[in-house]
Amino acid sequence: MRKSEHPLLNISLKKSPTGIQGFDEITAGGLPAGRPTLVCGSAGCGKTLFGIEFLVRGATLYNEPGVFMSFEETNDELIMNVASLGFDLEDLIKHKKIALDHVHIERSEIEETGEYDLEGLFIRLGYAIDSIGAKRVVLDTIESLFAGLPNQLILRAELRRLFHWLKEKGVTAIITGERGEETLTRQGLEEYVSDCVIMLDHRVTEQTSTRRLRVVKYRGSLHGTNEYPFLIDETGFSVLPVTSLGLEHKVSNERISSGITELDKMLEGKGYYRGSTVLVSGTAGVGKTSMAAHFAEAACKRGERVLYFCFEESPSQLMRNMRSIGINLEPWVHKGLLQFQATRPTFYGLEMHLAVTHKAVNAFKPEIVIMDPINTFILGDTENEVKSMLMRIVDFLKGNQITALFTSLTSSESALESSDVGISSLIDTWLLLRDIELNGERNRGMYVLKSRGMANSNQIREFILTDTGVKLREVYVGAGGVLTGSARIAQEAYENAGLLRRKQDIERKRREMERKRKVMEARVAALHAEFKSQESEALKNLEAEQEIIRLQKGNEIEMAASRKSVAEKRKTKKHTKP
Amino acid sequence: MNPMNDKSEVKTKRKKPPKAEANRWVLRLYVAGQSPKALTAFANLKKICEEQLEGQYSIEVIDLLINPQLGNEDQILALPTLVRKLPVPVRKIIGDLSDTERVLVGLDLFHVD
Repeated sequence: MRKSEHPLLNISLKKSPTGIQGFDEITAGGLPAGRPTLVCGSAGCGKTLFGIEFLVRGATLYNEPGVFMSFEETNDELIMNVASLGFDLEDLIKHKKIALDHVHIERSEIEETGEYDLEGLFIRLGYAIDSIGAKRVVLDTIESLFAGLPNQLILRAELRRLFHWLKEKGVTAIITGERGEETLTRQGLEEYVSDCVIMLDHRVTEQTSTRRLRVVKYRGSLHGTNEYPFLIDETGFSVLPVTSLGLEHKVSNERISSGITELDKMLEGKGYYRGSTVLVSGTAGVGKTSMAAHFAEAACKRGERVLYFCFEESPSQLMRNMRSIGINLEPWVHKGLLQFQATRPTFYGLEMHLAVTHKAVNAFKPEIVIMDPINTFILGDTENEVKSMLMRIVDFLKGNQITALFTSLTSSESALESSDVGISSLIDTWLLLRDIELNGERNRGMYVLKSRGMANSNQIREFILTDTGVKLREVYVGAGGVLTGSARIAQEAYENAGLLRRKQDIERKRREMERKRKVMEARVAALHAEFKSQESEALKNLEAEQEIIRLQKGNEIEMAASRKSVAEKRKTKKHTKP
Repeated sequence: MNPMNDKSEVKTKRKKPPKAEANRWVLRLYVAGQSPKALTAFANLKKICEEQLEGQYSIEVIDLLINPQLGNEDQILALPTLVRKLPVPVRKIIGDLSDTERVLVGLDLFHVD
């Protein structure tokens, strides 16, 4: 109601949604309603398709019939061409939702004799519009007129009139034009269509093509100014806006196991956050895929669905290799919990990869997505593009609460902390696998480079692939540096030996003491014995002496007895004397 | 002139030439209403035909304002357009036919001049 009071406001904001995935987001609603829009680009960049989809979506989603006036393809060709995109034009034509009109001009059949105008075209278009009550019109590509009609002055004047007439008719029109050398279109159509100009581009870099779309101009409306990659697949056109996606993912506090107990312990004992993005980077052959396989297996065991994109190995090769470390993925594939998507990165362009990812994810609805490895994309495209693609994949997966694990191969020359694709800022948990070369052998070390939102261990662990999977061991960190592998084992053995020696030492000392004590005791016993023998000897002597003494005493008594009389005499004598 | 005329009339009677002659040149003029250009074109066409193809032509004027769907058959864009349906090949002449020489070239009649 208020809008109708402000007709200017109403006009400037009224938009006609295209229904093209992503496009309405970057233009904040679609094309300017009731005005012509110029879609320009080089051959094969998708101009016709853009127009067709605009009409088909208009007819099917917004109930706005449309007229497609083709100056190049015949109606039958057009119907055939877009049937591959799932558009049933014949049906729409039957239901008077879409009208096709093929305009054929053959210069050799035409002779110019004086004044003329293009009223015939107007009448034809007007008739087509009125016959189905069209709200949308596509002219593809009107520049063909320049080849067919010799008098450019008349033609230009008539084109100006045509666009004016389209505006008056109130139809939302798309006019396509070939890209020119220096101008947007070969014939300078941008001069006439000035409300909205969209440029499509189809670039081939390193033999891989990437399609891009840019809104060059959009009068009276805000719009995304970037070049947006877009793709054309069997569901039609889709533009993939990078910046229009907000950072508004819902976050989960749920934790999920990495499949490796020791690694979980390094991450607060719980593992990754659900919906987070994990990067496993490292040089060749350090076990990135093994970590991914562990994660996949653990998820499948929980009954979650895993979508595994492998860009370097075929699924069967990967499964065979993983069996060697005790991870059997095959049953999960049969159960339908694990799905492999194997494609060479160079097979198609980035945007196509993105599309394939989107579609596969939408179809399979996994809880976990693994991409192994991501940096092979760089082969065909520049880092920036890869980064923006991965950013979109990450955003998309996060938006769907899908936990993603990417592996990335770091070339040995570059710094280990640099991931080739420069996506480190997008990553929540980054595990770094590295080689540790020491003493003529190469061992694997692993540490958590970062892990947002959790207290993670700062330790470097030795990463060992056993036939029962990945094991993490504490590495030896000592004066001689970080030791791994046999050096660690040797060091441990050395330490063990030292310990043993010391133990033996103590034992020896104890035995020594024992011996000494025994010697001492023996001596004591000997002395004792000697003493005893001497004592008994002495006693015997003593007894003998005493015997002698006794015997002597006896003798004395005897002698005394024998001498008694004498004595008595003597006594008496004495007695008598006094 | 008269004997020739008689002769042709005799011929006509035998082989029914009036119709055949009239059908030798089938011309169709597409216009949009009674615009000045349309009127000029028709006048010019009439004049040329009378001069060059007397008795051997038929002209059909189609007003696309009245029958817009008829324009598709001959792929009409510019108006006025003269279409030579017969003799084949089909030729198209656009404009108000004021350049007589070019009209004659367009109709393949130039040698007559």
